[in-house]
Amino acid sequence: MANATTYPWTPGFYAGDRPRIVTSRFEYEDSYTLTRYLATEGYEGLKAALAKPAPDVHEEVKNATVLGRGGAGFPAGTKWGLTPPGVFPRYLVVNGDESEPGTYKDRLLMERDPHQLIEGCLIACYAAGLSQCFLYIRGEMPDAHERVATALNEAYAAGYVGKNILGSNFSVDIVLHWGAGAYVVGEETALIESLEGNRGMPRLKPPFFPAAIGLYGQPTIVNNVETLANLPWVLRNGAEEYLKIGTPTSPGTRMEAISGHVNRPGVFEVINGTTTFRDLIYGEEFSNGIRDGHELKAFVPGGGSAPWFLPDQLDLPLEGRLVGAAGSMVGSGAVMVMDDTTDIPKAAFTLARFYAHESCGKCTPCREGGTWLSRILERICDGRGTNRDLDQLIEVGETICPGAFPHASSERLGLEAVPFPYKMTTICFVGPSAYTPVHSALTLFRDEFEARIVKRTSIPVSAAPIEPVTAGAH
Amino acid sequence: MARLSEDNMRIATEIIGRYPRARSATIPLLHLAQQQDGYVTNDAIAHIGELVGATSAEVLGTATFYEMFKFEPVGKYLVNICQTMSCQLLGADELMHHAEHKLGIKAGSTTADGLFTLEHAECQAACTEAPTLQVNYRYRFRVTPERFDKLIDDLASGKLGDEIPTHGTLAKIRQRIPADRAVGAVDPDDVTEAPEWMPAPAAPKHDQPRSEQRAGG
Repeated sequence: MANATTYPWTPGFYAGDRPRIVTSRFEYEDSYTLTRYLATEGYEGLKAALAKPAPDVHEEVKNATVLGRGGAGFPAGTKWGLTPPGVFPRYLVVNGDESEPGTYKDRLLMERDPHQLIEGCLIACYAAGLSQCFLYIRGEMPDAHERVATALNEAYAAGYVGKNILGSNFSVDIVLHWGAGAYVVGEETALIESLEGNRGMPRLKPPFFPAAIGLYGQPTIVNNVETLANLPWVLRNGAEEYLKIGTPTSPGTRMEAISGHVNRPGVFEVINGTTTFRDLIYGEEFSNGIRDGHELKAFVPGGGSAPWFLPDQLDLPLEGRLVGAAGSMVGSGAVMVMDDTTDIPKAAFTLARFYAHESCGKCTPCREGGTWLSRILERICDGRGTNRDLDQLIEVGETICPGAFPHASSERLGLEAVPFPYKMTTICFVGPSAYTPVHSALTLFRDEFEARIVKRTSIPVSAAPIEPVTAGAH
Repeated sequence: MARLSEDNMRIATEIIGRYPRARSATIPLLHLAQQQDGYVTNDAIAHIGELVGATSAEVLGTATFYEMFKFEPVGKYLVNICQTMSCQLLGADELMHHAEHKLGIKAGSTTADGLFTLEHAECQAACTEAPTLQVNYRYRFRVTPERFDKLIDDLASGKLGDEIPTHGTLAKIRQRIPADRAVGAVDPDDVTEAPEWMPAPAAPKHDQPRSEQRAGG
């Protein structure tokens, strides 16, 4: 297996001969300790930041175009700029509630390099004038909690976090917060609701960004773990160096998890914007092809919420606009691969069930629609599907997303791609996400659903036409 | 004894103090209560309500939203088998079927000896290591039926006691903010000014004397 080094303490991660920004310390077994961090340029980015006025640091990050890694791909520097001027205090909320199906990166970053995340938080707080930071970590990750808690305790003791950081007038507390198991909390306004001690239900929009009105009604920046983990490198090396990696619209690197029917499922840090799906799935240094000589049937390019791709789209690079125009999204860096043995209706059911289960219940189309999609798919998979079920799936889907829904093109089916975005009747993306796998599977593999449905012809009332009774026959 | 104990009250007070609003501590305190009793008791809900300034109904409302909180006793070991896409593609259904037979219970129930509770779980963020399960949220990767059997046997015989704590225990290491280093919670009721390190915004143009503007232009 060429060019792929494994580290036994990091299950799933493979290093290669590529530039690494966020995973650069993974080769050290003690990468999570302050000692190792300081020995490998740790907190140098923070020092570089503190040497400049805060607006210059903000400008640097803006120039680097660090794209948000949570799914939407919104540039971090631009997001920080959306806070209304003169309104204080402002907060930073770190989204470590990683639970998108297929996504496996933030947990690694928190477990393997917690100081890098802490340094990223500090740089963000300094640059955007954020007075307190809440680090929200998914509840089901106690190992990540322990690593981040230990790192925070070390960083406080060493003077990197808290009052007058490194002797400057920059002071900020980072508070570690526990989640308790709810996918929808990954939505930024739901995250804020949860942090305020409520049920994690997304807030009504507008305002579209919590940067205007967020935690306790104050301007709040919500950033993903991987996004923040990029900042120390950007500050150490400068925006110009960052832009040299990848493409101008998708610079730097990103973490991608390739799972499913491949020879080597794994997490890789790859060049943004230029690496293609073919590289990821077939590349020797990546997942090294489909298992046991099988053929690729379809793949999910960016987490469970992303419309599916066929082998036709393999040569697309990890570039938001190109993937969007082709009918899907790069999302949270999760590729799930299905080979020719895959039961497509079952796969669609599994994903639809996930979103139905995780619906918070606030918007009716998602709460009811998601559940119905899941139930109808379940009975189709069990061989109890009826003739009307396939149309019914589309009908239910259209109550969540009226109008054209994005999907990939297919030469075999003579389909043109429908690009993002879609219309939606719900506040957040959980509802449309339940429809995504159903719509993709039905558009690209309708024959497999039809084969599952036992065709029932109408039961005739009588075998032969009834002879009309003629008057006067008696 | 289902309200928070004296030791836990000390931790609770510390946690509440970190947030500008006590309500924000609700979820961390629910975890604390669950760690104490193995599940969240009605008394603990009332106690947390008193601590964060909410009614019991409000605390219960929050608690029931989240999957991890249990309101009746569960097994000493909560076994969550991931059933989402990547795991399902690589045999999660078969693993669940095997687990039900091994433990002699259906998913969602607890063994008669109170040792194991089996649950369906959704994505556990270890998709490349499918099929995956968690025991009290501690991971086991690439679980085969044989490895599952060995895991259950080891848990039953107490061999994994150090590695996998009983249900409710989450992180064994907590964050501690030393008093001399703490900034303290930043409450919007007390603070409305820009933080010290933010330079004052440039004066708006119309504040400049007209003569200067003319001279500059």
